[in-house]
Amino acid sequence: MTENAKDDQGALSEPEQWLKLYGDELFRFALVQLHDAGLAEDMVQETLLAALQARDRYSGEAAVKTWLIGILKHKIVDHIRKEVRESAREDIERLSDRRTEEGIDELFDARGHWIVRPQDWGDPESCLEQGRFWDALEICLQRLKVLQARIFALKEFSGLSNEEICKELEITATNCWVLLYRARVGLRQCLEAGWHGDSREVADR
Amino acid sequence: MISCKDASELVSASLDRRLSNWERFKVRTHLMICKGCVNFSKQMKVLRTATRRLAEGGEAGSSTQVRLSEEARSRIRGAMQEQGHRHEDPQD
Repeated sequence: MTENAKDDQGALSEPEQWLKLYGDELFRFALVQLHDAGLAEDMVQETLLAALQARDRYSGEAAVKTWLIGILKHKIVDHIRKEVRESAREDIERLSDRRTEEGIDELFDARGHWIVRPQDWGDPESCLEQGRFWDALEICLQRLKVLQARIFALKEFSGLSNEEICKELEITATNCWVLLYRARVGLRQCLEAGWHGDSREVADR
Repeated sequence: MISCKDASELVSASLDRRLSNWERFKVRTHLMICKGCVNFSKQMKVLRTATRRLAEGGEAGSSTQVRLSEEARSRIRGAMQEQGHRHEDPQD
């Protein structure tokens, strides 16, 4: 048995250790997806309570942390499902209406060409090595419209397929891809203006 | 030839599903002559990689300093203790 596995066994028999060992990590995981500290705290609490209740059914195959993160993922999907289903349906229609092209109109000219061409961010790995990139991503995720951010989270963080998202949220396939497209375009706009814009030399403009 | 708007939509779609041969052909020919869309496509890959790392609970810049507040921690601890007692004594 590896040291880690031993630690995990110990941790499993002592649920009071879960909060101490994994609380911060669970909190960060929820926060980056939900951008609401109070809500993220609630998710951590629900996760730990559910884990406590399901302790007898834990197979012991996964590490405790992985097991807890798995429960948290489900809690987050559940929360987003309720939130979106209960939120105004006209929001979904408005934000994914292809005719209004909300937030996209100003990016392309009448012939559909970029008005401002996306920049070369350079080597992807070196982007990801910059602390400032992650800070900017965090800010840009917060700036998305809530609905876009939620669907983006289901897709990219929870790893749901478009079909699963449509089913969970009771939205159409078009709603789904348009919202994802707009979230991605919004994020890249925001990153380019903030993080990449700042890191370029003024002479470069 | 498709527009940048169409191309960017297909690039986004390619992150969600397998494009048809015809769609792939349209995007590829567009990318051959459009630097802006090549950059856009690379940016989408950066975004995907970044979110994957966040989803795995990996690096997140300064956010490793983000912690549960003491208040939340003690509230959660209390809720766990309360449920723990019920767990031990289901007749209660």
